[in-house]
Amino acid sequence: MKRILACFLVLITLLCCALPVLAEGNAVEPAADEAVTTGEAAEDAVDEEPSAIEAFFQSLKDQFILNFITGNRWKMLLDGLLLTLKITALAVVLGIAIGIVIALIRSTHDTNIQKMRGVGRVLMKIFNGICKVYLTVIRGTPVVVQLMIMYFVIFASSTNKLLTCVLAFGINSGAYVAEIFRGGIMSIDKGQIEAGRSLGFNYIQTMCFIVIPQAFKNVLPTLANEFIVLLKETSVSGYVAMTDLTRAGDIIRGNTFSPFMPLIAVALIYLVMVMILTWLVGKLERRLRNSDH
Amino acid sequence: MITDKTLIRVEGLCKSFGSVNVLKGIDAEIKKGEVVVIIGPSGSGKSTFLRTLNLLEEPTGGRIYLDGVDITAPSVNINLHRRKMGMVFQHFNLFPHMTILKNMTIAPIKLLKLSKADAEERAMKLLTKVGLADRADSYPSQLSGGQKQRVAIVRALCMEPDVMLFDEPTSALDPEMVGEVLSVIKDLADSGITMAVVTHEMGFAREVADRVLFMDGGVIVEEGPPEVIFSSPKSPRLRDFLGKVL
Repeated sequence: MKRILACFLVLITLLCCALPVLAEGNAVEPAADEAVTTGEAAEDAVDEEPSAIEAFFQSLKDQFILNFITGNRWKMLLDGLLLTLKITALAVVLGIAIGIVIALIRSTHDTNIQKMRGVGRVLMKIFNGICKVYLTVIRGTPVVVQLMIMYFVIFASSTNKLLTCVLAFGINSGAYVAEIFRGGIMSIDKGQIEAGRSLGFNYIQTMCFIVIPQAFKNVLPTLANEFIVLLKETSVSGYVAMTDLTRAGDIIRGNTFSPFMPLIAVALIYLVMVMILTWLVGKLERRLRNSDH
Repeated sequence: MITDKTLIRVEGLCKSFGSVNVLKGIDAEIKKGEVVVIIGPSGSGKSTFLRTLNLLEEPTGGRIYLDGVDITAPSVNINLHRRKMGMVFQHFNLFPHMTILKNMTIAPIKLLKLSKADAEERAMKLLTKVGLADRADSYPSQLSGGQKQRVAIVRALCMEPDVMLFDEPTSALDPEMVGEVLSVIKDLADSGITMAVVTHEMGFAREVADRVLFMDGGVIVEEGPPEVIFSSPKSPRLRDFLGKVL
C-alpha cells in the first residue's frame, strides 16, 4: 500500500515540475498579456481562469493523442518495453550463470589454494587469473563502450542485435554478480562446509546444497540492486540501433517535436518496472527468511 | 561390547600449521565398539587429532587406517570414508536454511540414495529416541543449544556410521543443557557404537569411557582405563592436569 502511495506522490511531483513548462506555450501567455493591457485585470483573470485550465487540459489531451494515439505510437513504446524486458531477463540469467561460476572459482582459490597440489593447483591459479582479468576489464570500462565494441568489433558481421546486446549486458552484469556472490560465499561460516564434508558430501555438493543457498539469501538485497541497475542500463541499447524503451520514447519525441509526454512516459514505465521488481524481491526475501524467526 | 577388531589405527600422525607443530607423532588404535575419550589441557592438540581422523585437517605426516584402508593415501576417495565417520561439532553446525528433518535426511537421500520416505522414517525414529520428534519441522534457529546438539548427533547417526567423533560436544552449551546432551551420548555409548570423544567433562569421561587418552603437547602422554587414569595417574603432567580440573 505504501509503495502505491509513493508511486502517486512521485507521479504528482513529476507533473507539477512539468506543468509550468507545458503551460508556458499555451495557457499562461494569453492570460498574462491581458493582465498587463486591461485595467480590470483581476476580474478578467478570474473570468479567464476556467478557460485557462480548460485550455491546459485540452493541450494535455492533444499532446497525449499526438504522442501516443496518432499513428499508433503507443505500439512503439510497447515494443520497446518488451525488448527492454527481453534484453534484461536474458542478461540477468547470463549474469547469474557467469557470476556463480566466477565466484566459486575465486572463493575456492582464496580458501583452498594452500591445500592444493599438482595439476589442480596450476589449473586453479590459471582460472583465477583469467577471472581476475575479466573482472578488472569489465568493471574498469563503461558498459556503453563494451556494448559498442561488442556490436561494431566482435559481432560486426552478425545481424542478431538482440544476441549482441544480451551478451554485452550479461557479461557486464556477470562481473558485478560474481563479486556479490563471492562476498556471500565468504560470509558463510567455515563450520557449515566442515559439517557438509563430514557427512560425506564432496566440495561441489557442499557448495550446491549448503553454502550457495545460504549465500543467496544473504546477497539477495544486493543482487536485486544489481538487477535494477541492469534494467536501467539497458537504456543505452539505442547506441547500437536497438529500439528499446528509451529509444522508442526518443523516436516519438523526434517525430512529434514535443519532448514532455514521451520522455515522462518512458520514465514512468521504468519506475513502475523497478517498483514491481523491488516488490517481487521483497516477497522472495520474506519467503527465504522464514528459517530465521 | 569391545571387540578385537581394530577399526581405526593411527601411525606416527603429525600435523603442523605453518611452523607450529600441533601433533608430533601419534600412535593410537580404536577397536570396534570401543568408547575412547580424549582429555588434555587446551592447546594439547586433541581437537586437531580428532579432526585429522576424518581428514577435516589433512595430516602432514603419518597414516590413518580405517577398517584396514589407508585413508591418507592420495588415491583414496575420502568422501566415501567420511560417510562411515559421523562427526559432531562444538558449535553444532546445523544447516540454518533447512528444517530439522531436512538437515537429517539430505545426506542419506543424496549420498546413500535412500528414498525420501525411507530417510524420513529413519530420521523420525532417531528424533523420537532423543525426544525431539515434535520439532522435525522447526528450523535450527528455533531450538535451544542442547536441542541443536542432540539434532546434530542424530544427523550424523542418520548416515549409520561405523564410528562417531565428538569434538567437545558440550563446550558451547549453557550449563543446564550439558546433561541432556551427555545422556544422549551415553545412551549411544551403551548401544555399542564405536566413539571417540574429546571432552572437558571429567565425570562423563570417567563414566562412559572404555579407555582414556591423555594428550599434552601434541603427543599421547598416558592412556588406560578410566579407573586407572583418574585414580592412579602415573605421569606428573596428568597428575598436574587432574589436580586442576577435578
